[in-house]
Amino acid sequence: MPSRLPVTKTPKVYVGGQFIRSESGRVFPVREGGNKNGSGALLGNIPQCTRKDLRNAVEAAAKAGADWAKRTPYNRGQIIYRLGEMLEARSGEMADAIVLSGAGTKAAATKEVAASVDRLIYYAGWADKYEQVLGNTNPVAGPFFNFTVAEPMGIVGIIADDEAPLLGLISQIAPVIVSGNSCVALASEQYPYPAIVLGEMLATSDLPGGVVNLLTGFRKEMLPTFATHTHIRGISAVVNNSEKKELQLGAADSIKRVRAKVSGGDVDWMADRAQGAYEIRDFIEFKTTWHPIGA
Amino acid sequence: MTSTRPVSRGGSPSVPELIFGDLWQYDPAPETADPRIKLRYDLFIGGKFVAPKSGKYFSSINPANEQIITEIALANKNDVDAAYSAAAKAFTSWSKLPGRERGKYLYRIARLIQDRAREFAVAETMDGGKPIKESRDFDIPMAAAHFFYHAGWADKLEYAVPGANIIPLGVVGQVIPWNFPLLMLAWKIAPALAMGNTVVLKPAETTSLTALKLGEILQEAELPPGVVNFICGAGETGAALVAHPTAAKIAFTGSTDVGKIIMRQLAGTDKKLTLELGGKAANIVFDDSPVDQAVEGVVNGIFFNQGHVCCAGSRLLVQESIAELFVEKLKRRIDVLRVGNPLDKNTDVGAINSRDQLDKICELVDSGTAGGAEMYQSKCDLPTTGFYFKPTIFTGVTQSHRIAKEEIFGPVLSILTFRTLEEAVEKANNTAFGLSAGVWTDKGSRILKMSTLLKAGVVWANTFNKFDPSSPFGGYKESGFGREGGRQGLMDYGKIA
Repeated sequence: MPSRLPVTKTPKVYVGGQFIRSESGRVFPVREGGNKNGSGALLGNIPQCTRKDLRNAVEAAAKAGADWAKRTPYNRGQIIYRLGEMLEARSGEMADAIVLSGAGTKAAATKEVAASVDRLIYYAGWADKYEQVLGNTNPVAGPFFNFTVAEPMGIVGIIADDEAPLLGLISQIAPVIVSGNSCVALASEQYPYPAIVLGEMLATSDLPGGVVNLLTGFRKEMLPTFATHTHIRGISAVVNNSEKKELQLGAADSIKRVRAKVSGGDVDWMADRAQGAYEIRDFIEFKTTWHPIGA
Repeated sequence: MTSTRPVSRGGSPSVPELIFGDLWQYDPAPETADPRIKLRYDLFIGGKFVAPKSGKYFSSINPANEQIITEIALANKNDVDAAYSAAAKAFTSWSKLPGRERGKYLYRIARLIQDRAREFAVAETMDGGKPIKESRDFDIPMAAAHFFYHAGWADKLEYAVPGANIIPLGVVGQVIPWNFPLLMLAWKIAPALAMGNTVVLKPAETTSLTALKLGEILQEAELPPGVVNFICGAGETGAALVAHPTAAKIAFTGSTDVGKIIMRQLAGTDKKLTLELGGKAANIVFDDSPVDQAVEGVVNGIFFNQGHVCCAGSRLLVQESIAELFVEKLKRRIDVLRVGNPLDKNTDVGAINSRDQLDKICELVDSGTAGGAEMYQSKCDLPTTGFYFKPTIFTGVTQSHRIAKEEIFGPVLSILTFRTLEEAVEKANNTAFGLSAGVWTDKGSRILKMSTLLKAGVVWANTFNKFDPSSPFGGYKESGFGREGGRQGLMDYGKIA
């Protein structure tokens, strides 16, 4: 018997700036090393979120989104940078979370966390620049100052990749929120634990509650609601072909923008190609204003 | 002899107004250029006009007098196949052609359209019913401008997409509507070709004429065979075009309902898609706006092209303090709109594009009166043959009326009022659409604030329905996605290598 029994952590999802259980009370156990056969120590009972949890998260994202979009780009950049600082400072804890969840070796996990920090810093730097690259003035034939700006879409739904459960998730979240969108992300179904720990870092990063909402649970249950919820304006998904089709079919009801990559091949998250201004462009709307020139 | 009638000017005593219209009638001023319309048009595939494998032709009528003006080949699935084969074959060499050379073809096309502008304007007006002054001064010159603008991009693509290498997609399938036939064609074809794609395009079944006439220009420009192909027909042909496995991208302009059908059709495929769909734009008039200028802008916003405009300012939101005066001025203005023969240079409002569309407008207008909104129609006389609808405004409209929510696509304006800026924004954004909006105010800072708050892809301030090849156009929400025009529109025709 140990002289001191360690205190275990109850995994909770991070929604609207709060740590909550699923409204349903359902959980699914995750064992150390990601063992499915029930062997190994219990890592935790992960919330099995429902469609209702998703709708609640969308409400939280809507509430937070308006303020987030109005923040100055400089401010958004600093906050995403701060998130990078938090992750760097707790990189050991996060690497352990990846290893415990069974998603990789210690060496691979350490590399993944470092790449995740770098990715956040990369996008933090874009916050006050992407508009200069993606938008422009337009030399129209008439007395108008005509300009095109890149505006956030609103609420974006994220279906995270099972590969690289942290780096993939960060690589999907960062280009979405840097432009002022808020998001609801469904963590990797296979390796949900790193997302639980990420929530704890988001909470200490100055990111306003509700800008990033992290859910855990089963894709099969949540995907239809992601696809059809009218207030979700865009979807960033790394999914298989049939899930992609399901998302695109549901998205048609509200002309939702779907950017779906096929898991297991489309994406090398470690590569420089996995980041860029055009990842941000996927989740903005271009608005063109004709402003009169003259008296 | 002049007649007078009292006019209320914001509470001041009534003053008589001179109405010259009773004294001097406009003489007919028909446009006389020869439209050079053939009796029958074949499909344009592989650089040649070819008889349809379907063996069928359909009549195209002039909506101004319901007379048949020509016969158009109907494309079936096999014809669509042939067009895609021609386009796929052409893609290999067209995409490898130096941008400088691709650009020169586009310049040639622009110039040839300019050369034959009057002929095309008359053909466009006869085929679609729009006033000759609009096809002459807007549709045709703007179509040429789109080719000219995009010609210059063809050898400068690396500047359009900084930090990335953009390459063409392949064969692009395009479906366009009947409201701006040649102009929509130019919006679709010019950026696609500049980027190095080849094209299969279907014009709308009621307005195929100018596309096929453009086929002649493409031959004269010596555009390589198969780079652009035109297939004609209605929904069935369009469905075959959209579903074709060779298409790397579908670009569609049309109704939101059909846009949703196309999205479902493409679900699970790797085809790229851009959609430019319906709208229910708010034209917002503040009490400090230059009122007479705003009246002109509101009239232009909804009666331009008989209201057959996806970005039409079909909801007028006028600040309560000036609403009465504004509506009064608006009524006077629409009374003097000249409705009639589209080929007459004096005509302001031409013919409704088709009987189907006229029926749809009537149905929605009836729902407005049945719902208790108050209707006012221009006192003009309408021609006895052809499809026409009087310029119409509704007051007492609430946000729940169908005429305030659904796209009418006709000369029908719904008027609502607001008190504060916040209320105007709330009402303007309270729609599933988000294509365009108008703001009328004297304050520049208010223009920018409104522009920031409105959920619409295009915001016009103290103007409306302005377009330019360099200015991106496209919607938020259910008005579609992707842009047309400008650098942003160009990029939607390529992919990052």
